[in-house]
Amino acid sequence: MSAGESTYVPKSGFARWFDSRLPIARFAHDTMLTYPTPKNLNIWYTFGGILAIMLVSQILTGIVLAMHYVSSDKLAFDSVENIMRDVNYGWLLRYAHANGASMFFLAVYVHMFRGIYYGSYKAPREVLWILGVVIYVLMIATAFLGYVLPWGQMSFWAATVITNLFSSIDQIIPHFGTAIATWLWGGFAVGDPTLNRFFSLHYLLPFVIFAVVGLHIWALHVPGNNNPLGIDVKGPQDTVPFHPYYTVKDAFYLVLFFIVFAGFVFYAPNFVGEVANYDMADPLVTPHEIVPEWYLLPFYAMLRSIPDKLMGVLVMFGALATLVVIPWLDTSKVRSLRFRPMLKPFFWLFVATCLLLGYLGAKRPDAVWHIAGMDLSLVWPARLGTLYYYAFFWIILPVVGLIEKPKPLPDSIAKPVLKAAE
Amino acid sequence: MRKPITLALSLVAVVGLSTAAFAAGENDHPLPPKDVSFSHEGPFGTYDRASLQRGFQVYKEVCAACHGLSRVAFHALADDGGPGFTEAQAKALAAGYQIVAGPNDKGETTDDNGTPLTRPGILADKFPSPFANPQAARTANNGSLPPDLSVIVKARNGGEHYVYSLLTGYGQTPPAGFKVVDGKYYNPYFEGRNIAMPHPLNDNGVTYSDGTKATIDQQAHDVATFLTWAAEPKMEERKRMGFGVMLFLAAFAGVLYLSYRKLWADQH
Repeated sequence: MSAGESTYVPKSGFARWFDSRLPIARFAHDTMLTYPTPKNLNIWYTFGGILAIMLVSQILTGIVLAMHYVSSDKLAFDSVENIMRDVNYGWLLRYAHANGASMFFLAVYVHMFRGIYYGSYKAPREVLWILGVVIYVLMIATAFLGYVLPWGQMSFWAATVITNLFSSIDQIIPHFGTAIATWLWGGFAVGDPTLNRFFSLHYLLPFVIFAVVGLHIWALHVPGNNNPLGIDVKGPQDTVPFHPYYTVKDAFYLVLFFIVFAGFVFYAPNFVGEVANYDMADPLVTPHEIVPEWYLLPFYAMLRSIPDKLMGVLVMFGALATLVVIPWLDTSKVRSLRFRPMLKPFFWLFVATCLLLGYLGAKRPDAVWHIAGMDLSLVWPARLGTLYYYAFFWIILPVVGLIEKPKPLPDSIAKPVLKAAE
Repeated sequence: MRKPITLALSLVAVVGLSTAAFAAGENDHPLPPKDVSFSHEGPFGTYDRASLQRGFQVYKEVCAACHGLSRVAFHALADDGGPGFTEAQAKALAAGYQIVAGPNDKGETTDDNGTPLTRPGILADKFPSPFANPQAARTANNGSLPPDLSVIVKARNGGEHYVYSLLTGYGQTPPAGFKVVDGKYYNPYFEGRNIAMPHPLNDNGVTYSDGTKATIDQQAHDVATFLTWAAEPKMEERKRMGFGVMLFLAAFAGVLYLSYRKLWADQH
């Protein structure tokens, strides 16, 4: 809908002069103020804006933290403690950054589930969706790299486990995987060179994310927003200008989100953290359990549920890769699940499966459920969950789209509103 | 909307069921920490200054023989939200420690006997560790490494409750069939339950200047409080600021909500 005429009117001679040379003010005006937005977007659509603010928050706190952080295996842990104790408001910066990562992922998961629920990945928004998946993968990489920087026990061993995944390639090409791992480490194990390059990349990737977010928003503004009804905008009666309608609405939900964020930062700053990361890294002592941060637990559960290392790695990365192709796996023309009664329960089962996998990922690998006097290894529910994750995208999405009889779609976004007003 | 709720409920049920099943651990799994209360708990909790000072005394006279506090600076003892020593007291405490000094004017780092040169501590110094290096610490402790206590409360599940439980968890009879390793001690709150540290606290092992009776329980509670502060010296500032931030965000949310309702009134 942004294909409409620009309504920007330069207010001064200089503005006119500048606009004819670099129309950046026109661009900002058209994308952030007058951008026609469907009038029926609900709370779940505010998470895009929340994510943009969280990215900025992470970059700002991160830049200041980097001024005080030392990326050396001998000094990193102490430099973090120095930030916590002797840097002015260092504790605030660090807790905001560490918990900010969790809030960022919380928001991105809501944003992604919302995209799936309302079919926001379907034509003409496939590229928009894929750019989103790219951002998500970059976020995972950035978060993993950042988690290594405090150089606690979990930092060190998480880095060891994840980089060692590459050595599984040895199963296909002998020695090649190990060579990659050695190249990543800058040595023969995770150590000082690894920490240095991880810091460098952790500083780089957020700016790459920032750039891809720019493309993501660009790709959003070409077809315009999807909406909870999943039908196209028919005309101006269906939309409102982004500002002030959505700037104010998004700001309200953003502040609610920040209340939760502040609750963690000020009252439970270590709630999502692993205690072992307050022990300094020790290559000679393996922690009792090595677990990633909560937002990666579902993938960790998938990895551990497969007995073969290479297959486990492929299944885990395949789960991410699957997201790229779902615009073509879904065979239904109807976007919103509001009108897809058959797919809807499968979707909620998918959400529950992701939560279950996250729960299983946090358990020790030898954990069991005692059910009716029997010991059930948690590997089995994890395998079932992994199977359903794949089945949802590769079997259920294509098949249900073909056999489902969708509910009748409303004529336009404005119409139900007009009806209610009558 | 009923389906998702049912699903969520069944998920909760599954989670609840399994945690209950896990509670029945084996012999070498640690017991959950005791449920004692501390004044610094809760959104408005502050440290008990007297307890911090007593806990510091316990650390100094008992724990410091083996455990470092290498990330805590002496000036922190006089900082806001801490044990509440005056700057003069903190200076005197610091001066009571010998810190390894840098080279002197002649470039020497050791005296004629080869002993490293030292100087009295100043406020900017951190607590010197009892052992020169981990190897020396292990040699002196039967092969075990006494951990640095600077952030120990944040480095163990249960935090200060764990520290308290561990220190008061000695002297129990191990369950039948449990093997106490030679040279180790049984403590059900410790991971694996075999701990290298002998029972460090004794009744009246320290003499409190404020007249508080130095029971094992009291000392454990005091030192657990002190170590919580050592790990989280900015806790009081954090909670104070958090309260202001929450008030502001709540008020701001209220204003935004009213703006949002007014703005959208003609659109709904």
